[in-house]
Amino acid sequence: MNAKFIELFKETLEIEEDIVNTETKFRELEQWDSLAFLSVIAMIDEEYDIVIEGNDFKKLVTVNDLIEEIGKRKA
Amino acid sequence: MAYLNYTNVGIRGLAAAVPVKVIKNYEYTRYFPAEDVKQVVDKIGIIERRFTDDKTCSSDLCYAAAEKLLSDLSVPRDEIDLLIFVSQTPDYRMPATSILLQERLKLGHQTIAFDINLGCSGFIYGMSVIYAMMERSGLRRALLLDGETRSKVYSPKDRKTAFIFGDAGVAALIERDDSFGQSFFSMNSDGSKENLIKMDAGGYRNMSSLETLKEKVVDEHGNIRSDEHGYMNGGDVFNFVIKEIPSDIKNIMQYAGADNTAIDYFVFHQANDFINTYLAKKLKLDLSKVPSTIAKFGNTSSVSIPLTIVSELQGKLESRKLLLSGFGVGMTWASAVINTGNMFISDLVEI
Repeated sequence: MNAKFIELFKETLEIEEDIVNTETKFRELEQWDSLAFLSVIAMIDEEYDIVIEGNDFKKLVTVNDLIEEIGKRKA
Repeated sequence: MAYLNYTNVGIRGLAAAVPVKVIKNYEYTRYFPAEDVKQVVDKIGIIERRFTDDKTCSSDLCYAAAEKLLSDLSVPRDEIDLLIFVSQTPDYRMPATSILLQERLKLGHQTIAFDINLGCSGFIYGMSVIYAMMERSGLRRALLLDGETRSKVYSPKDRKTAFIFGDAGVAALIERDDSFGQSFFSMNSDGSKENLIKMDAGGYRNMSSLETLKEKVVDEHGNIRSDEHGYMNGGDVFNFVIKEIPSDIKNIMQYAGADNTAIDYFVFHQANDFINTYLAKKLKLDLSKVPSTIAKFGNTSSVSIPLTIVSELQGKLESRKLLLSGFGVGMTWASAVINTGNMFISDLVEI
């Protein structure tokens, strides 16, 4: 799932360079802004049918945190 | 679960009026750098909007739409027994604007007239109230007028709202006819989210004063507004939308016994392109069935659903089934499945 998620994540933020991995702190990306935040929430809902609400999302720091959160909720 | 259904009541005709003044968003750079503006406009997909001048109210837009509709359909004024005006930008705090419109439109004194104060879900609420009253035997015809001048509500110096809203007014003639068949409504409210979209002052909780009219910097981004400007927390609104709206739409379609293929057009409140693209993907909709006026009229609150029908579906509405869904300030949200019968659409009026 990691590779697929990273691909979706990059597509959502329109990142073409190979700069995202599981350890990436996504808020530090140049492309991160309030609309990127909404786009990622929407992407996770569309792809995985999971809604991570704003307050829960605030606690997540790395790409791996996102992946784990999705895994936890899917379980 | 507030679901309702009605039989053989529907919209016989619909007209819309927009101001002639076009605001081009890419050039709306008085308070923000062009580069920042481009970034926002690209994302929200709102290229143009319409703004009234200082003197024009929601009621004036509705009046123009109503005159057009009544004359196109040659409706005798004394046959209108009910008039509802939906708006959050009325002429006065009192009396209700619907009463002023009764007089301006030269309707008889037998007319039932009152206002409904709701935002983006308002047109659907208004339809439901009128359908319920029209199902009884006493009333001949009804007018639903819905207008907004949101250009006067938000601060042009607050980037969270400066590029989104526009002005428009519509008039719908509602009648009884066998061709309308059954219609289905779902209506909801959640006052715990009152702070997501709000104007803090100017009502009776925090009355208008010199203090409430003062512009001030309100956040770390340097956005400026007064307490009598509206504000919106777009991120939380989006969270609200993804939590509530797809399920409400699925529920009303189930209640109506209609699946995606049975619906000819899905007309959503035009909040911004981002939200509507999300909804279409989430509900797996064919985009050719999702008309949009976001690019040319922006977000006109409760008017956006009927305005989109007038602007995009003229000549395409014979015996069609529509899904309508509106959501916003309150928070409040409503969805409906309706049949168009042979709904007449007037040409768009510009004033």
